[in-house]
Amino acid sequence: MRATIYYKTKKTSINLLIHLFLISVAVTCLYPLAWMVSASLKTQETIFKDFSLIPHKLHLNNYVLAWKEGGFGRYFLNSIFYTAAVVIGIVIVASLAAYAFSRLKFPGKNVLFIMFIAAMMIPIPGSFVALYVLLNKLHLRNTPVGYILAMINVGLSMSIFLLKTFFDQMPTELEDQARIDGCSKLGIWWHVMLPLSKPVLAVVVVFNALAVWNEYILALIIFDSRQFMPLQVAIKLFQGEFVTNYPLLMAGLTIAALPIIIVYLVMQKYIVKGVTSAAVYG
Amino acid sequence: MRVKSTLENYLFITPAVLIFAIFYVIPFIYVFRLGFYEWDGIVPLKDAVSVGFANFKEILFQDPSWWQAMRNAGWITLIALTFQNALAFMLALACDREIRAKNFYRVIFFIPPVLSEIVVGMVWRFIINDVDGANMINRLLMQMGLPQFTHSWLNDPKCALTTVAIVHSWRGFGWGFLIFLAGLQAIPRELYEAARVDGANAWRSFKSVTVPLMIPVIIVVSILTVLGTMQAFVLIIGLVGGEFAGHTSVPVLRILAVMRDSSRFGYACAQGISFGAILVIISFIQYRFSKKARA
Amino acid sequence: MLSQKSKRFFCGVSFFAFLAFAAGIFIAGCAPSNKSDAKSAISVWHWMTDREPAFQELAKRYEANTGIKVNFELYAPSDIYSQKVRAAAQGANLPDIFGILGEKRDFASFVKAGYVLDLTSYMEANNASWRNEFFPKALAVNEFAQGNSYAVTPGIYGVPIDVMTIQMVYNKDLFKQLGINPDRPPQTFAELLDIGKKLKAANMQGLVSGWGEAWMVDCFATNYAFNIMGRDKFIATIKGEVPYTDPDWIRVFALFKQMQDSGVLARGLVTMINKTAEQLFANDKAVFAFNGSWCVNVYRGMNPKLNYEVMLPPKASDIYPMAIWGGAGSSFMVNAAVKNRTEAVKFLEWLTDRDQQAYLAQATNNLPANKNCLSQIPELLTRFSQGMDNATHPNAWEVSEFSTVIDARDKGIQSIIIGEKTPEQVAVEVQKVKDRELARKR
Repeated sequence: MRATIYYKTKKTSINLLIHLFLISVAVTCLYPLAWMVSASLKTQETIFKDFSLIPHKLHLNNYVLAWKEGGFGRYFLNSIFYTAAVVIGIVIVASLAAYAFSRLKFPGKNVLFIMFIAAMMIPIPGSFVALYVLLNKLHLRNTPVGYILAMINVGLSMSIFLLKTFFDQMPTELEDQARIDGCSKLGIWWHVMLPLSKPVLAVVVVFNALAVWNEYILALIIFDSRQFMPLQVAIKLFQGEFVTNYPLLMAGLTIAALPIIIVYLVMQKYIVKGVTSAAVYG
Repeated sequence: MRVKSTLENYLFITPAVLIFAIFYVIPFIYVFRLGFYEWDGIVPLKDAVSVGFANFKEILFQDPSWWQAMRNAGWITLIALTFQNALAFMLALACDREIRAKNFYRVIFFIPPVLSEIVVGMVWRFIINDVDGANMINRLLMQMGLPQFTHSWLNDPKCALTTVAIVHSWRGFGWGFLIFLAGLQAIPRELYEAARVDGANAWRSFKSVTVPLMIPVIIVVSILTVLGTMQAFVLIIGLVGGEFAGHTSVPVLRILAVMRDSSRFGYACAQGISFGAILVIISFIQYRFSKKARA
Repeated sequence: MLSQKSKRFFCGVSFFAFLAFAAGIFIAGCAPSNKSDAKSAISVWHWMTDREPAFQELAKRYEANTGIKVNFELYAPSDIYSQKVRAAAQGANLPDIFGILGEKRDFASFVKAGYVLDLTSYMEANNASWRNEFFPKALAVNEFAQGNSYAVTPGIYGVPIDVMTIQMVYNKDLFKQLGINPDRPPQTFAELLDIGKKLKAANMQGLVSGWGEAWMVDCFATNYAFNIMGRDKFIATIKGEVPYTDPDWIRVFALFKQMQDSGVLARGLVTMINKTAEQLFANDKAVFAFNGSWCVNVYRGMNPKLNYEVMLPPKASDIYPMAIWGGAGSSFMVNAAVKNRTEAVKFLEWLTDRDQQAYLAQATNNLPANKNCLSQIPELLTRFSQGMDNATHPNAWEVSEFSTVIDARDKGIQSIIIGEKTPEQVAVEVQKVKDRELARKR
């Protein structure tokens, strides 16, 4: 107790500096968000003339218009479905694989892991055509399942990399304990590894959720039917070939940003909790 | 028994390997093969003309615009590795302490990555461009009495790339911040207590407790930063409209330009493969370096 | 073997996986199969976001007329649309009607690969009645002439549904502010440079355009190339018979330096995307703009009170006429491999008929491809159409330049504008690239 007070009082001045630093960075982060919201409340004519952050007239019905014209209802649900499916898929598949790479023994382990890592480093721009032809042959092209599987692949390498690195750092006492108690490998994965890796899992969730939520190129190319399209495709429609309806575009983007912010708000709590539970070291 | 156990182990990686094999390896082979062909992406594949290593030779010796793009990407990555990650680390340190409004900052700092690149490009153009924007930075500088520092940030070829790099760092630091924070949170508080009991002040405990335990995290973040930043391109389109006479060229933009404008799909694939090879080499060097640092 | 807990876990996972899979199949199954009414439905893929409502309306009308359903599917933005079409071609999944964006060379590849239906017989039927409805220049882009360099069987392979021209516009109110007669735009290049000096003095922005996008620079440059050296010499350059170091070409490159030095060009022109240029001009922040006829719709949306007028780029030489890019704006092609191709052609005939074209023109403010309905379009748009006589387009030329040369040319001009290179340097560099490409071809 005494130590913490000592720690605090000595540094009130430094505390102030730190706060200033944090606030100034925070302002630069907030400004674009504020601009986006304020632009969504203006009209096409005033958006580049009126430079104030709070517009004179609040055109709230831009949001209603954006929702209706963009047909957001269906696309919103689609995006949520894809994001949830892909995130859950990746969490399960990647953590299983990362656990195996970190703790289990089998021939070819290193080679396979290096292949995954290499995949992270060798992007394939222009792989859309290849994926299209492939999914076509598998009869998965115009289906949600095909899209979800392809998107799981996109984030797989990174997630396995992050999880394995984290698992490598974890002390093995709990696992040894669980094994002595008769837990199977799968049980260890479910009862020990997953709960303890909440911070990294949270990062994996956020990263992949963001990637899937913002994706539109692959969706546009492999989906023919309108009803499978995710939200970002609908937003692109506001960027016409010649005319861009900026206020509606901003309204649409604001609506689209909300779920991801919510996901982050929920997940960042787990990053806080960390591995400081007494159970590990007690 | 041993065989059964090993087979069980394989089951753990089966879903990952299956998805990987189908959705990465097969397209990779497709693209890799095409690097050795001259194909316009339209005629049926069987009519593509095999040209051996000609594409790769051309990239190595006859394509200065490609290497300019690589240099530019390297510069942006350098700034990301230093400026972006230093900022992220400092912010994570600041938020790791028991200060008020910690949650608030954690949420705010993640807004840049969440925002769509369209918005980021538009807003930043507005802020720093003097033709179609308010150029608030220059105005601020003039108000502070420093007119000699004002500049045409996005339109001056000499500093356009650096400006883009800084905006890119602004957008990306949220990730580093998140991962650094997770890493910092994972350091048991008892270690800090022990250090203080031993008489260490803030700087010593930072050096002996924080840094060593954070090195793996720093390495992970560095590798991810390099991989992510080298492939950046959407923001550049939003900020400067394209390659700005080559000054803001980056590899992905070049590949897309080749695919779109000259319909040389095979050559674009060769560029993609070369790009991947270079990234692998860089990551390998980083990894080797990190192993030394850990020892 | 598995503990009680693990069994439960596995059950849980499998159940969830089954749910997810089932949901996916359910959604997939909900797709009305496109094949069910294959006999009487025409599928059209397009990228024209601004025209989607108009297209849907026209599809309704056609169905009411003939009982045949037309499905317009929009995939935007256009570069993704392009990729989708190419991927679909590889996957043998092209729709009945689609568009091919890009250069003539790509169009030629599509035709040679057998994806595009030859429409010549339909066009020439009934004394060429369909063909004669169009502006000849609109068809030129969709046509392969006798002896074309792409080795394509001569014929018409696409149907234009609108035309466009790319010219200059000027702000009449700002002209008045500068003390220039708003009804008399500059006729010669020298006059333009004079206005530039006035712009510098008044600290106003001059010409805005999307010159961050290479093709618009190219458009402006080739216009003046036609004006200075004439069409034949220009084509000869592409063929490799005339080098880029020719004095006429250096004159073309030098024009940009002159414009930059005299203050005609707006600041930051080289990083400008066209949408930004449109914003600036619409908001009275720039005196000139170099843009296409689609801008009428754009400006109207941003500033209906904008007081502006169309003008040809002021000529730099009196020997040859000024050229502008113009011709087909958007065109549709018919898939040669589908069963209902004759139905598709019939639909396109209906779509390009006078009434439908008039409707499209009014609804979307684009110039119709059908020359018989000009009376029904807004006045300013008519003025754009008057430039059609001077119009040309790269896709209508019999040869096309190497894309690396075009790239070098455009980047070189950008460098001239920002003062990094001289016109002579750029000419030498472009010619070097050209020589390399010519050597490779052999």
